[in-house]
Amino acid sequence: MNEPQIRNGALVTALVIAFALLGPWLAPQGSTDMVGPVYGAPTGSAWLGYDFLGHDVLSRLLNGGLSVLWMSVAAASIALAIGSTLGLLAGLSRRRLDQLITWSADVSLAFPDLILVLLIVSMLGRAPWLIVLTVSIAFIPGVIRLARASAVAVAGQEFVEAAQMMGYSRRRILFKEILPNILTPLLVHFGNMLTWGVGMLSGLSFLGYGVAPPTADWGLMINENQAGLLVQPWAVLAPAILIGVFAYGTNILAEGIGRRSARMGDKQP
Amino acid sequence: MSEPSCKSPRTPAWLSWFIGRLGYGLLTAWVISLVVFIATQALPSDPARVILGPDAPLESILTLQHQLGLDQPILWQYLRWFGSALSGDLGESLDSNAPVSDILWGRLGYTLVLLTGVILVVVPAALALGVALALRRDSRLDRWSLSLLIFLKATPGFLLAIGLVLLFSMPHMDWLPAVSILDPDQSLLRQLKFLVLPVLALSLTALPYLTRMVRAAMIEALDSDYVVAARLRGIPYRRIVWGHTLPNALVPAIQGVALTLRTLIGGAVLAEVIFSYPGIGTALNAAIQMRDLPMIQAIVLVITLAVVLINLLADLLTVLLTPKLRTARRVTMIQRNRRGITPWWRRSRGDA
Repeated sequence: MNEPQIRNGALVTALVIAFALLGPWLAPQGSTDMVGPVYGAPTGSAWLGYDFLGHDVLSRLLNGGLSVLWMSVAAASIALAIGSTLGLLAGLSRRRLDQLITWSADVSLAFPDLILVLLIVSMLGRAPWLIVLTVSIAFIPGVIRLARASAVAVAGQEFVEAAQMMGYSRRRILFKEILPNILTPLLVHFGNMLTWGVGMLSGLSFLGYGVAPPTADWGLMINENQAGLLVQPWAVLAPAILIGVFAYGTNILAEGIGRRSARMGDKQP
Repeated sequence: MSEPSCKSPRTPAWLSWFIGRLGYGLLTAWVISLVVFIATQALPSDPARVILGPDAPLESILTLQHQLGLDQPILWQYLRWFGSALSGDLGESLDSNAPVSDILWGRLGYTLVLLTGVILVVVPAALALGVALALRRDSRLDRWSLSLLIFLKATPGFLLAIGLVLLFSMPHMDWLPAVSILDPDQSLLRQLKFLVLPVLALSLTALPYLTRMVRAAMIEALDSDYVVAARLRGIPYRRIVWGHTLPNALVPAIQGVALTLRTLIGGAVLAEVIFSYPGIGTALNAAIQMRDLPMIQAIVLVITLAVVLINLLADLLTVLLTPKLRTARRVTMIQRNRRGITPWWRRSRGDA
């Protein structure tokens, strides 16, 4: 933990998560109650002013984090689980299966992330679990390629050959020799996926394909209040800053983990 | 005389690789067209109902389905669509009844101008910044720039765009329009100021990745033996950097640009919507909201084909610019096990 980037990244990420988790209890008003003037300026009772329908911005802010956060964490986790399994399978199986998986990943990589997500969400609807699944589908090819490349690189090293010659079982080689060594790049990628996931999910809500309107959601808040950007900038800025801070925190965390592993790699001859 | 192949103009060594790669790209493109068609057509969304509205009687929907050929088997529908797509006919837009290809070509031009602008800004900027940071490695400038780049990389692209709008739509800074409402009758070159903010927003999202890639590649090249050898020979440092290490650092940057373009196309959708730029992204957004299936199919198809083409070009450039790959009879980009021991998972059953 002597890497300051890891400490700062974890701290920032944890703060935003705490804000989103505790927010619903702390909100002074209901997230859908119209309590003030449309685009009302910040006052003593409403620190961040009112939005396009007269909701209290702070209350919506406190309520609106949870959806973006759990969805991005879920999407990144699903992508990590499925992608690394497929990637390991590709890297460690016979050529035919390897080619099939790699090629499928290549084909799906031809769809830019957001286009793929837009395509599926627009066709199938916008239930939250569907969006999570869709975003994770967009992430899976990247994980497959990373896991496969790392597994192939590790599998060619001496200690794996040694384990192979000592007659260890495949399961043991996979879980004790290969998996621990590809964990770091996967973890870094997980942090990056959280960053992208938050961006993509809030971007989806911003375009109007995410969470349905009356619900409070950071991305949706930006979309709703964009027209009043000049009158009441806080209604857009506050959720934008929180999304940005969370994305920044997860990214710093990923950078830190990557940098620490690079440094440890330097020390080991 | 014994080697006639030396006399006749030889085919370049990389040509056989390229033909294989081209076939791979074509196969990928075909599978993509299948995926796009099935994803849009086979899913529960009925174009006939979209055209006639939710209250239309069942009979007229069935009639229209018959007219559109929607009651035929899905494979037949695909073949018909694929055949006409090959000849450039992408069907008619359900929304405006105009041929999809007409709408698409106009929009595509705008997006191409936008992306070209971004590449023209980002690539020189990333090269200059990357080389500068690599030469001043671990200095204060290097560390501050890297922090700033991490910040740019982390911030979602549409937030950057909104930030720019906020910054430039303030009353005292109204010299740049925040919304790109282009006049279709005028040439785009006369309306360049509408391009500034979208290009800037997209460039900022693409800059961090490329800069860091150039920086890393430059650092690796500067640490290599040939730089030491060149310095020992007394070649000026400036010449080593620009004449020897930069060309070597450029090759990975080509793949980086290809990857950047892929993410840029996705980011362009959001940026175009934010700035109301009349490109392919706003068209896709509108088509999805109108459930305009032929339009969605065409746009997604064009975008994915563009990505396949970009990857193909990047691979070709990489091979052409790397002498070792260019002259190799067999191009393999996969690393082999150093000692040639076949691991158990590569062995076929017979070897044991």
